Amino acid sequence: MSTADTPKRSMRTPLGRVRNLGAAHSGTSDFWRQRLTAVAMVLLMIPVIVVIMMLLGRNQAYAKQILGSLPIAIIMMLFIVASAWHMKIGMQVVIEDYVHNEKLKLATIMFNNFFSIAVALASIYAILQLSSGV
Amino acid sequence: MVEFALPKNSKITGGKTWPKPAGATEFREFRVYRWNPDDGKNPSVDTYYVDTNDCGPMVLDGLIWIKNHIDPSLTFRRSCREGVCGSCAMNIDGQNTLACTRSMHDVKDGAVKINPLPHQPVVKDLVPDLTNFYAQYASVEPWLKTTSPTPQKEWRQSHEDREKLDGLYECILCACCSTSCPSYWWNSDRYLGPAALLQANRWVSDSRDEATGERLDNLEDPFRLYRCHTIMNCAKACPKGLNPAEAIAELKLKMVERQI
Repeated sequence: MSTADTPKRSMRTPLGRVRNLGAAHSGTSDFWRQRLTAVAMVLLMIPVIVVIMMLLGRNQAYAKQILGSLPIAIIMMLFIVASAWHMKIGMQVVIEDYVHNEKLKLATIMFNNFFSIAVALASIYAILQLSSGV
Repeated sequence: MVEFALPKNSKITGGKTWPKPAGATEFREFRVYRWNPDDGKNPSVDTYYVDTNDCGPMVLDGLIWIKNHIDPSLTFRRSCREGVCGSCAMNIDGQNTLACTRSMHDVKDGAVKINPLPHQPVVKDLVPDLTNFYAQYASVEPWLKTTSPTPQKEWRQSHEDREKLDGLYECILCACCSTSCPSYWWNSDRYLGPAALLQANRWVSDSRDEATGERLDNLEDPFRLYRCHTIMNCAKACPKGLNPAEAIAELKLKMVERQI
């Protein structure tokens, strides 16, 4: 894409290079979701810390009792979804900023998506496991 | 990956120290970036001594004095010498600003250190190649776009709507903001930069313009607009006291507003 199209190698006009492939007509959704998940995390932070403090040093039976409560399990899972989503968007921004090799960029963005989904699913699975006491 | 170090041929070597002006009682030391595309050498920093009793107070006065009295080969852009044209934008004592409005007395501690605007190709000495910067400005189509029949007199605008252009129309396109922005350093091929985006917002905010949606469509892109991470170097650098970061935030707000 644009990286091979540097002024030295190309005879395109400067305006042609700036316009390049045109606007992607996207980015606003990620911008909005990054702020949405940030606000969600701020709101969920205190109840999540309280739950974690309650679980510190306790056994699995107690964890089942606490996380078995539907509102608490929902709070924990909402926090996981918000933070994993926020992490995914934030990391993608960093990759887009600093990785300029197109193939490497695609691969790292792909890995970032897989990693975030895996972290979120593993964490939700752990909550479900603990809440059911299996 | 992003290059954090200068390429081999851009590494700065020791430069020439020019003799102090004969008969001068008071002088100021200037350390100026030099690079000549014709001699095949790496850039260097030359040291000059300016007779402050024989020269005006601004950094640009010092550079002109050097060119007239010491070294006519020193190359820099200048025109209006009163902060209106934006030609003499350069990095003075670590900050992008206009040489004509920065007093050499405001530069504390030792020498006045002058470099070209950062992260742009250098044409010669303090002259950066701003071709890409100007093309980015052209890409926002900075003119009134209408489809309604042109009125017999002028396109009318209320005082309130005119006030919305304050803080935007004053931009002189000196490039101090864009070249101070790390996001622009890393992605200037795709990110439009603070100056072009401030200008884009100037036309998006103009009540007389009928292409607002089309303009926003043209900007809605992860790179063109959303590389701005509100670092605020642009607002700190702007020699006209404008706030490009705020203009970009207004654009983002309008993007969200038309979706939600």
